[in-house]
Amino acid sequence: MYNGFAIVAGLVIFFAMLTAPFALGTMTKQYKEPELKLPKNEKECIESTEYMRTNHMQLLNEWRDWALRDGKRTYINHKGKEFTISLQNTCLKCHTSKADFCDKCHNDAGVSPYCWDCHIQPEGLK
Amino acid sequence: MKNSRRTFIKLAGIAAAGLALAPRKGLAAEGHEPVKVNATAIHAKHWAMVIDTTKLNTAEAINKLAAACHHDHNVPHIEGKQEVKWLWHDTYPHTFPEQENPHMAEEVHERVFPLLCNHCQNPPCVRVCPTKATFQRPDGIVAMDYHRCIGCRYCMAGCPYGSRSFNWGDPRLGLDLGNLNPEFPTRMRGVVEKCNFCVERLAVGKLPVCVEASEGAMHFGDLMDPDSEVRKVLREKFTIRRKPSAGTEPSVYYII
Repeated sequence: MYNGFAIVAGLVIFFAMLTAPFALGTMTKQYKEPELKLPKNEKECIESTEYMRTNHMQLLNEWRDWALRDGKRTYINHKGKEFTISLQNTCLKCHTSKADFCDKCHNDAGVSPYCWDCHIQPEGLK
Repeated sequence: MKNSRRTFIKLAGIAAAGLALAPRKGLAAEGHEPVKVNATAIHAKHWAMVIDTTKLNTAEAINKLAAACHHDHNVPHIEGKQEVKWLWHDTYPHTFPEQENPHMAEEVHERVFPLLCNHCQNPPCVRVCPTKATFQRPDGIVAMDYHRCIGCRYCMAGCPYGSRSFNWGDPRLGLDLGNLNPEFPTRMRGVVEKCNFCVERLAVGKLPVCVEASEGAMHFGDLMDPDSEVRKVLREKFTIRRKPSAGTEPSVYYII
């Protein structure tokens, strides 16, 4: 093969780089869900844990339109229980720490929602 | 059972009948409305305000109301051209530029007038907003959705009353962080803000902050209800509105 060594060496380097993420992935630890600090006084969230885990972003998005644009500020959950629609006055009354609740998952997932540009985090502003 | 063409057609028929009925049940479940209006909320067909300037006409008195409003809504305090304000005051010629006459009673001419968003019936700010971040609610209140505001400031250009402020910098720098109202959010940089007629208080059955703090100099109620407080005052007293030639039909009336 003309220039055989260079071609084979190049292919080896190429495949090494191509498979590196998979190789590194098996060496490092399995992803573990962060342990959240849950509210002490309340056992149940407004919806089930699974629902909140997968849908809290959609729920908050709908909440803001319902409260602000439709003027409907009472939410009736799947069990028929009523809650006031408010991030600051309902969610954050139980979840009293942004750092121990919101940030843990958001940091792991690499998302930074801009809720806190306006809404006041439960710890207060510094 | 023997697999014949006949049995297959029978089963297909039953399945088709079942499918025709099934979606109805699904739709009924989807139709469940998960939200409603707060039980304690107060309602009106069109909210309006009447300000009695015979009682409320000094800078000190108006500043007190502005302080209460600004504290309740976490409005930043910024000096100079970039100021952010929901409630403020100005002179007669600035408040009613078209309604001056050269020999007006001096006492009236020297009064100071409280100013706020007029929550017009025909709001130009809503017409020009390209993202519908500012919109008119069915009860007449012109509201801001800060989530949608892109900071283009068309609404500021459209408003003939200068009732809107733009957050040029981070508004939190102008706030006393130790003395915030934790029940109400702040704003972010690059959005337009203004008085919201205290929609968040109306939703829990309270009157606007300034009306409560004004000790009877401000009246608030339903313009479409002939028995409401504002209609009673409007019937008894002579009132004017700002810049009638703009045709915006403000919902804030001034007793002179």
